[in-house]
Amino acid sequence: MADLTTTFLGITTPNPFWLASAPPTDKEYNVRRAFEAGWGGVVWKTLGEDGPPIVNVNGPRYGVVYGADRRVLGINNIELITDRPLQTNLEEIARVKADYPDRAMIVSLMVPCEEQAWKRILPRVAETGADGIELNFGCPHGMSERGMGAAVGQVPEYIEMVTRWCKQNYDKPVIVKLTPNITDIRYPARAAKNGGADAVSLINTVSSIISVNLDDFSPEPSIDGKGSHGGYCGPAVKPIALNMVAEIARDADMRGLPISGIGGVTTWRDAAEFMSLGAGNVQVCTAAMTYGFRVVQEMIAGLSTWMDQKGYERTSDFIGRAVPNVTDWQYLNLNYVTKARIDQDACIKCGRCYAACEDTSHQAIWMKPGRVFEVNDAECVACNLCVDVCPVEDCITMERLPAGTVDPRTGKVVSDDYANWTTHPNNPMSRAAE
Amino acid sequence: MAQGSMAPGIVAGRLSAEELARNFSDLHPAYAPHEAAVAADRCYFCYDAPCVTACPTGIDIPLFIRQIQVGQPEAAAKTIFDQNILGGMCARVCPTETLCEQACVREAAEGKPVEIGRLQRHATDTLMAQGVHPYMRAAPTGRRIAVVGAGPAGLACAHRLAMKGHDVTLFEGRGKAGGLNEFGIAAYKTTGGFAAGEVEWLLQIGGITVETGRALGRDLTLDTLRGDFDAVFLSVGLGGVNALAVPGTDKTGVRPAVDFIADLRQADDLAGLPVGRNVVVIGGGMTAIDAAVQARLLGAETVTVAYRRDRAAMAASRFEQDLAASHGVRLLFNVQPVAVHGNGAAAEIELEYTATRDGRLTGTGETLRLKADQVLQAIGQALVGAPEGLRIEGGKIAVTGAGRTSLPGVWAGGDCATGGDDLTVTAVAEGRDAAEDIHNALMG
Ligand SMILES: Cc1cc2nc3c(=O)[nH]c(=O)nc-3n(C[C@H](O)[C@H](O)[C@H](O)COP(=O)(O)OP(=O)(O)OC[C@H]3O[C@@H](n4cnc5c(N)ncnc54)[C@H](O)[C@@H]3O)c2cc1C
Ligand SMILES: Cc1cc2nc3c(=O)[nH]c(=O)nc-3n(C[C@H](O)[C@H](O)[C@H](O)COP(=O)(O)O)c2cc1C
Ligand code: SF4
Repeated sequence: MADLTTTFLGITTPNPFWLASAPPTDKEYNVRRAFEAGWGGVVWKTLGEDGPPIVNVNGPRYGVVYGADRRVLGINNIELITDRPLQTNLEEIARVKADYPDRAMIVSLMVPCEEQAWKRILPRVAETGADGIELNFGCPHGMSERGMGAAVGQVPEYIEMVTRWCKQNYDKPVIVKLTPNITDIRYPARAAKNGGADAVSLINTVSSIISVNLDDFSPEPSIDGKGSHGGYCGPAVKPIALNMVAEIARDADMRGLPISGIGGVTTWRDAAEFMSLGAGNVQVCTAAMTYGFRVVQEMIAGLSTWMDQKGYERTSDFIGRAVPNVTDWQYLNLNYVTKARIDQDACIKCGRCYAACEDTSHQAIWMKPGRVFEVNDAECVACNLCVDVCPVEDCITMERLPAGTVDPRTGKVVSDDYANWTTHPNNPMSRAAE
Repeated sequence: MAQGSMAPGIVAGRLSAEELARNFSDLHPAYAPHEAAVAADRCYFCYDAPCVTACPTGIDIPLFIRQIQVGQPEAAAKTIFDQNILGGMCARVCPTETLCEQACVREAAEGKPVEIGRLQRHATDTLMAQGVHPYMRAAPTGRRIAVVGAGPAGLACAHRLAMKGHDVTLFEGRGKAGGLNEFGIAAYKTTGGFAAGEVEWLLQIGGITVETGRALGRDLTLDTLRGDFDAVFLSVGLGGVNALAVPGTDKTGVRPAVDFIADLRQADDLAGLPVGRNVVVIGGGMTAIDAAVQARLLGAETVTVAYRRDRAAMAASRFEQDLAASHGVRLLFNVQPVAVHGNGAAAEIELEYTATRDGRLTGTGETLRLKADQVLQAIGQALVGAPEGLRIEGGKIAVTGAGRTSLPGVWAGGDCATGGDDLTVTAVAEGRDAAEDIHNALMG
């Protein structure tokens, strides 16, 4: 049996599944139930400065994008950080941590960009016995207009500065949570590292308008006919998050910087993908908000089953395994030549491959009498569109042309040498180098 | 005296009003909106979709299902009505298992086609419930056309002609329009007065004058119609029934299944409708199945369909055979009637086993007897009283192209004309296509 015990920043938890800082981790009642359900750790809902608590809207704060059968693909929210008194949160954190010493308790923080503000709150967090802090530089709405959250996360200098203050005033691990609402995630990540961060976590939510009500023309969720941009999360944002995690994991400057992967983790497979791209653990919000705390049971069982099947004993056996395979386009092997193959026995004759290729790709599929669809190798560029749109699993596959055969499209003999764009004759840079 | 199903003879009130209401509720009930969304999501939006080819009216099925997916059932309905103005009825009565749904690629893939019929109903019901008619008439052409017979073929033809700006007079021999939609289709396929409501909705286009109680041959002649109108479309269906040529069919309790069904469809109160205790239906088509199932639903104790060939040869689809079986109807194959016995009223039917020898059906000599106080004959309908001068072929009005008969200016379509499958949907297609052809002939 695989051992899911995972150590992240020296904090050991029974599994790599933590709840992200959000409504599921908003209070003692939730977090106790989450731990009972099996979650390995939580990042407590972001705390702000002491004083009059934050005020949330009193109308709807979430919007949604559905797939088939109202499956939740993405949620956006205009919620702010905790709206409960600081002292209440701190007392609850201390109580829960004392009762669950084997689970991670991370406290998420967002206070104004002044050193005094951080100096005031950090000792009080330390007193709770929590395992570490996460700096919320990600929230894209509400707080950013007040110079916090994404407003800090979008300025690498601020990230570095605030991180440094925290490292100087707090002795347990400091995680910096990054916003995806920037052009190149490596800049804020490097700033966090330079400031002394022990880890980065990403992504926070993506700035978004989820929908517009076409009766009153209000963006949704609608508050009295008006809407505001919110933060997008859930399965729909996973590809964005995976790329950002990978960008950091393979960056030479940040080699070895621990990463907590967040964004659309819904099943064990999502978690395994994040971890293979270098995340030491994952955090989950939307999946818990959609299905309740019990989903973690599938994640635990699923990851464990997969690890057993693959012969991985512990999570460290596969963490980062995909990182060396993430490369730049220019290094992809241009001598890797494939063609689409349609399994006539599996084909149900819907013709979607034909419509896709004929209308929008390379006119490389023949429609023959009796609705027989066949690939014309002389035109197929192997784009994969037909594979993607085929409703039948494994009906259309990509087959590699063996070295020595002629690609009927180019008329060239396929070589088994590795050759990429950097050395390609059409590349002006490669010619310049000659 | 025995009560309910056990009461002897042909009597009314075998079941309670509640039981009857339950029995005659919708066979394929309407979707709730979310069910429709889920069902619509299953459509793959196939290229050159096989379902469209399989639909006799060529409805753009992937398009209308996509319109349901995006939350516009009204727009979906318009897509349907563009091709088939009786799309609401067809959604209920088409044997989709042998038409569009049989062709669905998901039938091939999983044996579970997209439920096209029910989706079609969802769309058409939504629009029709709004009481709007989605078509406008073109500018008046001043042309007048007579349509004879207000069944699906006649209604579809009249609507298309009216839409093109022609003035249509629709002559109907019965007291009510609708044809077999109103008098023939099984009650559980078209509940709640839908057939009459649909006719009313269709006529909202305007430009169609309906004259009921006006029968060709009785009250009108083809010659006068040809003289008074610019064109004539004949859609009189098959008004006659084939009769069993065996002794005893004159006994009370023996009658055509279509008459039994017509009474049932027109009954205000099913509890007042008589049905036998032991019913035997002779035949193997849709009419036989419908009569048998409805006899059971009315409370007959035993119902048997006696068909002279084997299951594979049966015209009723497997779905309908199973529907009958699931209602407790016994399907008896390879038997043919020999005689109906009884003292004035039918009491028993004598059947002879059959075999096919050298491609010919013959009796084996071995017989069996079944209790039968009611015998319903469903061995086919026939064209009656076709006007003189029309070429007849195989018992139907011979047509070429889009319903052109042997007489200039006279078109025909639906069950009374050659071609087609004697289905509501083919009648609609033929009526529509004849209308287009008439329009082109008159305006060309
Ligand atoms: C019992 C039964 C069940 C059926 N079930 C189904 C089913 O589930 N699905 C399906 O697709 N099809 C079914 N059918 C077949 C379908 O009903 C017919 O194919 C369809 O109604 C044919 O349409 P039509 O317009 O040609 O004829 P009809 O519907 O027969 O209409 C003909 C009209 O012409 C009128 N008429 C007749 N003679 C004259 C005259 N001389 N002058 C004026 N008017 C006249 C009649 O009164 C009638 O209104 C069924 C048929 C029967 C008998
Ligand atoms: C309603 C809601 C409130 C959130 N509040 C916070 C917050 O207070 N602090 C924070 O760091 N992230 C917050 N997040 C972001 C989540 O922690 C997480 O980064 C994001 O939702 C992506 O993960 P997911 O796809 O698993 O939901 C919030 C998300 C949601 C949906
Ligand atoms: S891989 Fe692309 S080009 Fe080749 S057949 Fe498929 S869709 Fe056409």
